[in-house]
Amino acid sequence: METQQPALRTEALCKSFGSLKVTRDVTFELPRGARYALIGPNGAGKTTLINLITGEMRPDSGRILLDGREVTQAPTMARVRQGLTRTFQINTLFPDLTPIEAVLLAICERDRAAGQFWRSLTSHRVAIDESFEILTRLRLAEVATRPTRTLPYGQQRLLEMALALATKPKVLLLDEPAAGVPKDESAALFSVIAALPGDIAVLFIEHDMDIVFSFASRIIVLVSGGVLLEAEPAVVRGDPRVREVYLGKVGHV
Amino acid sequence: MTVEAPTLADPHDWLRRRSRWSVFEIAFWVASLLPFFLFQTYLPLASQIAITALFAVSVDLVLGYAGVVTLGHAMFFGLGAYSAGLISKAGWGEPLTGLIIAGLFAGLVGYIASFIIVRVQHLALIMITLGFCLLTYELANSMSWLTGGTDGLQGVETWPILGVFRFDLWGYAAYGYALAALFLGLVLSRRIVHSSFGLSLRGIRENVRRMPAIGSDYRGHLQKIYTISAVMAGCAGALLTQTTDTVSLDTLSFQRSADVVVMLVLGGTGRLYGAVVGTIIFMVARDQLSDMNPQYWYFWIGLLLMVVVLLMPRGILGSLAQLARRRD
Repeated sequence: METQQPALRTEALCKSFGSLKVTRDVTFELPRGARYALIGPNGAGKTTLINLITGEMRPDSGRILLDGREVTQAPTMARVRQGLTRTFQINTLFPDLTPIEAVLLAICERDRAAGQFWRSLTSHRVAIDESFEILTRLRLAEVATRPTRTLPYGQQRLLEMALALATKPKVLLLDEPAAGVPKDESAALFSVIAALPGDIAVLFIEHDMDIVFSFASRIIVLVSGGVLLEAEPAVVRGDPRVREVYLGKVGHV
Repeated sequence: MTVEAPTLADPHDWLRRRSRWSVFEIAFWVASLLPFFLFQTYLPLASQIAITALFAVSVDLVLGYAGVVTLGHAMFFGLGAYSAGLISKAGWGEPLTGLIIAGLFAGLVGYIASFIIVRVQHLALIMITLGFCLLTYELANSMSWLTGGTDGLQGVETWPILGVFRFDLWGYAAYGYALAALFLGLVLSRRIVHSSFGLSLRGIRENVRRMPAIGSDYRGHLQKIYTISAVMAGCAGALLTQTTDTVSLDTLSFQRSADVVVMLVLGGTGRLYGAVVGTIIFMVARDQLSDMNPQYWYFWIGLLLMVVVLLMPRGILGSLAQLARRRD
C-alpha cells in the first residue's frame, strides 16, 4: 500500500506576495527514485516552490504530502527528519567548521544524538566513519579537516550536497547544485547526483539545458508560477510553447 | 577511485587531537596554585578572579559557542548570589548545598527566560537580555525587605567547607574553594564543547539558517545551553556571596553584565580559556590601575579593548594560538 504512494506530492499549491502570484496551483508528483528537473525562466518561482515544499515558506493554499503523509504545516526541521532535504542555490554552510565536523553535525542531528552533552564527540565512531565515507564519495576526503571558508567554491558546492546526503533523504531538492561552477566541473557534480542511491527521489533546478536533458528522466516547466508542462525530455524539447517562453529566449537547443 | 590512505588525515585521530588536554592547560592549572605560596596578599583578588572567570566561562558557552549575544547575564550571577545569601540567612550556612541550590534556582529562571531568548535575534536579543537584567535589578532594589536594597544583604554566615575548612581572613579557603569550582566548571564546559552537542552549538553560531535544513531542533539546543550557562553563572554568584559574606545590588548590575562581555572579548570568545585569560587581564588591570587612578581607570580598559578588537579580532588568547599554529 505504502509503496504505491509517490515520494512527494503537491496539490494545488498557491502563494502570493501581495498581488503578485508567485506560485499558482502547482500540482505534481515525484515518484520514488525519480530524477526530475525543474526548469523555467528567471522569476518563474522555482526557488519559491522549493521553499514552499521544504517549509521555509508557508503556502496560502494547497497541500504537500511526503510518502502520502501531509506535511503542509510541519516545520522545516520535522520535514527533514521525515526525509525531505534540500540544498541551497547560494552556499549555506558553516564557514568555521571543517567538512568532517559539518557532516558529522548533520549525522548527529539525524540520529538525534546532537543534544548529548555528556558524551564526547570522538565516541560517535560509527557516525564519524559515515561522515568520512560521504566526504570520500564526494571527493572531499582530502580537505575534510580544513575550515570550510578556506575551500574553493566548487568544493563548497559539493559540501552543500554532502550535508544534504548526511540527512539520509528520501526526497532531495537541489536548487541549482552547479550554480557558479565552471561547465566541466558541473558535469562531475552531476555525475555524483546520477550516482545517488536509486531509491532517492531527486528534483533539481538547473539552467544548463545539456545537463537537464542528459540527467533528467522527466522535466517540469514552470512559467509565472504555474506548471506549463510536465513531460519527458523529448516532448519538452519539441514543445513550441516551451521554445517560445524559455528555450527560444536562451538560444539553446 | 583509490584512496591515498597515508596522505589523508584519519578523522578519528584529528577529532581526538582537538579535544585533548594541552600542555598549556596543564601549565595553567599548576600556575593557578601559585597564589597559595607566592602572592598570599593577593589571595582575595585571586578568588575574585576565579569567581569572575567562572562567570565569564558561563557567558562564553552561550556567546562564544552558540553565538547568543547577551548583555544581561549578571541577572543569573545576582540571582545565585542572593539565593546563596538568603539560604544562609535562613539558617543554612553549609556552602556546597547552598551553592547547588543557588545554581539550580538561577538555572530555573534561565530555563524560563530561554523560551523568549530563542525567539529573538540580533539587536532584539541583546535588548531582551538587557531588559531581563534591568528588571531583576529593580526588583531586587524594590524588595528591600528581602534583599536589603541598596544597603546589600547583611548577616550572611557561611559554615566551613565540608565542615573542615573555615573561611579565613587571608583567603586561603576562599581561593581554594573558588578555584576548585572554576576547575569543575571548566572540566564540565570542556566536556560540553567537545560533545556532539557542542558541535551543534557551533553550527548554530556559524549558520543558524542551515540548522533546520539539516533537521536540527536548534531552539531546543539553545534552551539547553542557556539553562546550563545560567546554572553556572548562578554558582559563580553564590561563590561570591559565600566568600565575602555579603551580597550587594551590583551583582545584578548592567555594569557586571557588560564587564564580563569585555573580559570575554579581551581573552577571545569560543575557547573557554579565553574567558579565563580575559578575566585575569581585566581584574589585574583594574586592581593596578585603580590604585594609581581610582577615577579614570576605565579609560585604560577602553583603550585596551579597542587595541585588542582592532589588532587581535580573535582576542588575546586567540591571537596567541594563531601565532603558535603559524610557527608549527
